[in-house]
Amino acid sequence: MPLLQVRNMTHYFGGLRAVHNFNLVIEPGEIKGLIGPNGAGKTTIFNLITGIHTPTEGQIELEGRSLIGLRPHEVASRGLGRTFQNMLLWRHMNVLDHVKMAQYSRLGYGLLDAFFGTPRLQREEQRVTDEAMRLLELFDVAKYAGQLVGNLPYGAQRRVEMARAMATKPKILFLDEPTAGMTPEELVQMIGIIRQVHRDFGVAIFLIEHRLKFVMELCQSIQTLVFGEVIAEGPPEEIQNNPKVVEAYLGKEDIT
Amino acid sequence: MESTKSTPALSQDGFWSRLRSGFSRVPVIGWLAGGLCAVMVEYFLGDALSYYLGLPKIPVLFGFVTMLKKPLLIPSSAAYVILVYIVPLAAVGLLSAGPANRLAAFLHRRALWLSAIIHLVLLYIIIHVWSDISDYRLLLLKLTMIAIMLTLSINVINGYMGEFSCSHPGFMALGAYSASALTLILFTNDKLFGPALLPPALGPYFFPLALIFGGLVAALGALVVAIPSFRTRGDYLAIISLAFMFIVKSVIENLEFVGGPRGMSSQPNWSDLPTVFAWTVMCIWVINNFVRSTMGKALNAVRDNEMAADAMTVDTRKTKIVTFMFGAFWAGVAGGLFAHVLRYVNPGTFGIQKLAEILAMVYFGGLNSVVGSVVGAVSINLLSEMLRPLELFKWIVIPLLLILVMIYRPTGLIAFREFDVRKILRPKQ
Repeated sequence: MPLLQVRNMTHYFGGLRAVHNFNLVIEPGEIKGLIGPNGAGKTTIFNLITGIHTPTEGQIELEGRSLIGLRPHEVASRGLGRTFQNMLLWRHMNVLDHVKMAQYSRLGYGLLDAFFGTPRLQREEQRVTDEAMRLLELFDVAKYAGQLVGNLPYGAQRRVEMARAMATKPKILFLDEPTAGMTPEELVQMIGIIRQVHRDFGVAIFLIEHRLKFVMELCQSIQTLVFGEVIAEGPPEEIQNNPKVVEAYLGKEDIT
Repeated sequence: MESTKSTPALSQDGFWSRLRSGFSRVPVIGWLAGGLCAVMVEYFLGDALSYYLGLPKIPVLFGFVTMLKKPLLIPSSAAYVILVYIVPLAAVGLLSAGPANRLAAFLHRRALWLSAIIHLVLLYIIIHVWSDISDYRLLLLKLTMIAIMLTLSINVINGYMGEFSCSHPGFMALGAYSASALTLILFTNDKLFGPALLPPALGPYFFPLALIFGGLVAALGALVVAIPSFRTRGDYLAIISLAFMFIVKSVIENLEFVGGPRGMSSQPNWSDLPTVFAWTVMCIWVINNFVRSTMGKALNAVRDNEMAADAMTVDTRKTKIVTFMFGAFWAGVAGGLFAHVLRYVNPGTFGIQKLAEILAMVYFGGLNSVVGSVVGAVSINLLSEMLRPLELFKWIVIPLLLILVMIYRPTGLIAFREFDVRKILRPKQ
């Protein structure tokens, strides 16, 4: 059984068809990419699968269970973690709290424990803190634990965001343009981090990217989206030489 | 504090820097001891001292009112304040720094609750003795503590979760009316609800339940604002919450069986100082526990970025409902206490004026901070009492002060700070 299966997903924003008949199969441990020019509907597809919007038509199944109609936090708790194009870190929260927060659904205490500071709360908070510190060390940002995220260099913020996403214990990780705004140097680091996540956590990864080089380097299989429709799908070499993809990115060859 | 380290080369300001570094070594318990001495001095010697200084009576609020009313008495009021408050506080604080630090260190090694209770008992004795001087002080203290509860509870919504909610007077009114109705129906012979149903002697034991009932009614009312908050944020939610406040006010005004616009009176006198103090401590403790837990920090996640919070498995709807109901609950309890302090409520109290007061206190003190709320509530409350002789100008001075704070500290005096009791009570040496 595939880990994630999307079948014939179509979505309309009012009269505008944003996504048309989208299909996706992700096997455990696979790295898949989604490329396409601006406005092709890539982020919409992410938002549809992660429950921010509900698709007009189609099925989404994670490990055989439908995700349709679930709220985003429920989808996330089922094992679908994500990062955002512009990170969306919490401005007034320190790095450690970011990673603790992402374990929200696994907090083993209730509201009353939180109100009265029971021993159970203290035990659980300790556990969550330890887990968070372990992740921060893994992503090499433990030294920033007590700092506000805004004070961190850009690369470190990206790593914090990745640590936060991994703290939700995802089975599949969605990366929305993980290299947006990065220098070539940071890009190489990012490839390293993604490989590390893939290796150490054994998660499947589905990523949106603008930079073809980056996608070609990482992904085993790539889909190309243009105006909400997949025009090509296959391994990187095939996509690179596909005339339709070249056309979508560079325009038609025969200019009259 | 490091900058004030005294060196032999700077001997001419050595006294002041030594004094300052001496003060920085006094732990909280030392200050409490000093405060206790100060109020004791006032309790036993206050009358005599004010007589010799030519003051008509003991200055009720640190001499401010006397100074503003009769400028000629400024020197003697100042002398009174220095002799009665500042000298004992500073002297005992400084002289007892050594033993106080050893005591603080001893308590630091013990369980936090023990240390906290000892500090609280000391604090309570201080305010009890201080308020024994006059009924005015007693009333002011009670209202200040109720203001602390209100400020803190609105901080949960406006500060920690970042929704601009204007419905706090409404929640307070719900609490005040429900708690009063309960105590009036059950334990009092009054003209609205007739004779008491239960023996009034049982009343004081029942009072906490009445307050909790008031809090719960307010929490239920909060659903009216919480549910729209799933879909709207910011200005629109502020308008909804404002509407809620007006709805509560006009509903009460038009309900004859709770007294309509004339209000409800003759509540039993159960909001005494220990009760109000205990509830305030409880409120601070519970709210501080909550906002420091990961579950409570979900409020900050929702405020800073709701979409990210959702993607990180935070149940944002639950968080919003809990926040509104939790904040409203404490506003309701505060309202119940308020009604039993004044022993009279009418719907006019819970209008836009009250809202302005609460908002001023929370934004003055600082968002997202327990200490900030306490500081904001106490300072605005005391200030508005101290400046009372200025009459009309009071409403120029206080807003000006607020404007200055907003310019120099846009999030309030003490914003975004964690309130760690253990850290505050620790020894300073």
